[in-house]
Amino acid sequence: MRAYDLIELAGRNLREAGLRNSLTTLGIGVGVASLVAMLSLGIGLQKLATRQLGRSGLFDTVVVTSRQDSRGPRFAQAAPVTAQTKPLDDVARHNFEQMANVAEVYPNFSAVGDVRLETDKTGNHFTVVGTLPQSARTGEAFDDVQGSFFSSGTAEEAIILGDFGRDLLNLPREPRGTDVKLTPDQANQLLGKYIVLRYHKREAGESAPLAGNTTKKGQADPDDVDSGDDIKAEDAQSFNLVPKTLKLKIVGIVSSEPNRGLRQGRTPMFLPLQLAESLDMVQAGELWSTLRPSENKTYIALIVRVAKSKAVSQVEDEIRKQGFSTFSILDASKGITRFFTFLDLFLGIFGSLALAVASLGIVNTLVMAILERRREIGIMKALGASDGDVKRIFFVEAGSMGILGGALGAGLGWTIGRAINFATNIYLQRQDIKPENFWVVPIWLVAAALGFSVFVSMFAGLYPASRAAKLDPVQALRHD
Amino acid sequence: MATNGTEFESVRTVSVVRHYRLGRSLIPAVDGVSLAAGRGEFIALLGASGSGKSTLLNLIAGLDRPDSGAIVVEGSDLATMTSEQLAQYRRHTVGMVFQSFNLVPTMTLYENVELPMRFAEVKRKERRARVTEALERVGLSDRMKHRPSEMSGGEQQRAALARALANRPKLLLADEPTGNLDSKTGTEIMDLIRELNRTLEMTVIMVTHERSLAERYANRLVFLGDGKLVGESINELEKIGAAR
Ligand SMILES: Nc1ncnc2c1ncn2[C@@H]1O[C@H](COP(=O)(O)OP(=O)(O)OP(=O)(O)O)[C@@H](O)[C@H]1O
Ligand SMILES: [Mg+2]
Repeated sequence: MRAYDLIELAGRNLREAGLRNSLTTLGIGVGVASLVAMLSLGIGLQKLATRQLGRSGLFDTVVVTSRQDSRGPRFAQAAPVTAQTKPLDDVARHNFEQMANVAEVYPNFSAVGDVRLETDKTGNHFTVVGTLPQSARTGEAFDDVQGSFFSSGTAEEAIILGDFGRDLLNLPREPRGTDVKLTPDQANQLLGKYIVLRYHKREAGESAPLAGNTTKKGQADPDDVDSGDDIKAEDAQSFNLVPKTLKLKIVGIVSSEPNRGLRQGRTPMFLPLQLAESLDMVQAGELWSTLRPSENKTYIALIVRVAKSKAVSQVEDEIRKQGFSTFSILDASKGITRFFTFLDLFLGIFGSLALAVASLGIVNTLVMAILERRREIGIMKALGASDGDVKRIFFVEAGSMGILGGALGAGLGWTIGRAINFATNIYLQRQDIKPENFWVVPIWLVAAALGFSVFVSMFAGLYPASRAAKLDPVQALRHD
Repeated sequence: MATNGTEFESVRTVSVVRHYRLGRSLIPAVDGVSLAAGRGEFIALLGASGSGKSTLLNLIAGLDRPDSGAIVVEGSDLATMTSEQLAQYRRHTVGMVFQSFNLVPTMTLYENVELPMRFAEVKRKERRARVTEALERVGLSDRMKHRPSEMSGGEQQRAALARALANRPKLLLADEPTGNLDSKTGTEIMDLIRELNRTLEMTVIMVTHERSLAERYANRLVFLGDGKLVGESINELEKIGAAR
């Protein structure tokens, strides 16, 4: 039998028992809709999560440490034993910058210093000072920044955390670890104002006064910015620690730590990266190195930002081959992917349940149709229909219900997703949370749902179709 | 009409047996029937109710398979055919009419006549011409859009005849075609069948209860009893008429 005859016969059979077949098709539609809705929730959540994580700067970052150095993060993976170990210096940094797919390389830099508001001569805060590269501007921490990002990489400006802002204003502390957003009023008391940072500069020197001398800094004139009284530091062989002061303008206040990424500990204040590097501040972990002489400046760790997160492992391999230890969050991201695959599977099984029930509806409808059309099947066989023809007619009927139900369900699922997304976003907006698209219905999902629906329906049609094909025409035509 | 010589032979059954199993006992519905029908011959199958007439007809139609014996129609043995080949045989070689007409009630007259051509994969264009031709032959060309429920018994049986003609079969099998009709309408149908038998040279095997009808239209009367051939008579009058 030709295809169009098959479809025409199946179509007229479906119309003949219109209500019953419509209800069955609707059942399939609801099943598909639940599947589409469940999976698009899973996909949406996964996209949201990877988007958020991607913006946190975790996924395109490789932390590089020297194998000679015990100062680096403990979690760094060892380089292959065969590789030569090298110092993590400016030569290495330049090498990394030249690699394919590397967007930028910057030191994981933090110093310590005393900070106070220019106008508040008494309130000194001993604190860690971090740095931010210009690329940090797009990070998620700056979504709700009060003020702005640094005007340039060398500007004498600072960005502070909200709770450090409270400290500066001498307000009571919030519980540790909570993100603090200042009121517009509080923010205005800080933005555009100047803070004074006291730190230690590292200078090469011959003579060796006692380290204890540096404690004099507390007595230095607070307004004597960048005066640079050359008080010599302890290390006789290579360094002097020279106390310095620097006036910085507060340009931005953020509630969560920008580029939190792989940083350890809490950093409440940030300077532009180039500025900090030019200041030659003594780094937090570097007091160690004062005990060990070295000719060149070396880095504790370098952050290599990769242009595409797909290239992370390739860049990591290359750096390791050069004899450095590396760490990236890639392994963790694989875990996240695995989790979402699991979640999707779970949601998919849950959604399929409704479709399975609906497919029983198809079996039921078609078995009823066989009983009703017994005589008609007998007639068709007497007129020359083969078993295969009869089977195919029932098959096409099942498949048509699958296609129609699938299309209906995909549309319904999409609409449900939209509606719930819309409603939730209204709720989120009321809670002052940025609306998110956590319900994604990709076109492939629609196509797959349609295909799956047809497949399930055909499968459901298997039994009725073969039963109809086996019907004995002599019995069916016996007049009773 | 010649009844011997294979080139003139349409149907031959050789010791055909068809048993029905009911519990432990076997019912011999058809029990060793050997029968031959020449091309263009009109045979009437007569016998008491339950004598196996319909069973024999269904075996010849390829709707049923014999337990033993051979059925050769137009040179091929049905017993050796696959079910797909049997379907093809029914499609192209056999036309069937039944006592209860067996039109598809949800289809119009046109669609009913078209149905066997769908299975025979006749092209759409040609179908229209063939349906029109068949309906003209039975005098129903103005009723194409009607459903069976809108037609009288006689009209329905004429429609069934038109449907049986659709694929231009060589063999027409009719199971009590006038059984549900009054004698006047029955006569009309019989006239029509005889006309098809003569003008299209179709072999006709017809089951009937009415001996008078059989004697008026058939070339040969075959009597069944308990699944066996119990008698045969050549209708001399009809034979003269057929030879013309
Ligand atoms: N499916 C079946 N199961 C058991 N016995 C059957 C079956 N079909 C037919 N028979 C038996 O086979 C015998 C022949 O039946 P068949 O229908 O061929 O008779 P018939 O000559 O056509 O009778 P009628 O004139 O009443 O139509 C009967 O005894 C009948 O009971
Ligand atoms: Mg009968």
